[in-house]
Amino acid sequence: MDLFDLLIQILAVISLALGALAIVLGALGLVRLGDVYQRMHGAGIVDTGGAGLVLFGLLLLSPDWTVAVRVLLIGALLVFTSPTATHAIARAAGLAGVKPVLARAPRRASAGNAAEEKS
Amino acid sequence: MIEHTLLSVVLVALAIAVGLACIRAMLGPTAFDRVLAVNSIGTVAVLAIAVHGFWAGRPEFLDIAILYALLNFVGTIAVLKFFRFGSLGERAPHFDDPEN
Repeated sequence: MDLFDLLIQILAVISLALGALAIVLGALGLVRLGDVYQRMHGAGIVDTGGAGLVLFGLLLLSPDWTVAVRVLLIGALLVFTSPTATHAIARAAGLAGVKPVLARAPRRASAGNAAEEKS
Repeated sequence: MIEHTLLSVVLVALAIAVGLACIRAMLGPTAFDRVLAVNSIGTVAVLAIAVHGFWAGRPEFLDIAILYALLNFVGTIAVLKFFRFGSLGERAPHFDDPEN
């Protein structure tokens, strides 16, 4: 039983550390990327990887089953609401006429395009 | 003991993430960048409340985190609908237009 508790603690520590790393990297992507649609990738890392790992670590650290139920409730709520909010932002940006950056750039002459232009 | 230290580290990481998202919310060229940044700040705030509850040894803070998660979602959807239609409650004039 002691070994089991130690294993749970180690797993919780690893999960919390990876979650903190994912949150910082996602927020960095939110600043550094160049477009609304690209920045959504950073926000998605914060919403899925960061929140999932941190909440999983808290679930392993929870001392009581009521606390565990609340942590699971927060996780379920974030799982359902944050993709919906991101989808709504993307759809609103698309309907408002925000063009992705790569669509404005000149098209690269890849092999497939060159073959299409010749035929 | 090591969990307490690590929870402090996670709180610092969440604070850094809120700072970076604030930078994007101030710089963002379009309104949707700002909404995205504010949504991320809300998610990070939910996590920060939950982690602080465990850090302080008072898991009652998780109820506040649940409430804040609900508020964050409703607020984001409300702001987006206001951008789109210019109103929150009444029927928008181009509501029946199939293009929208």
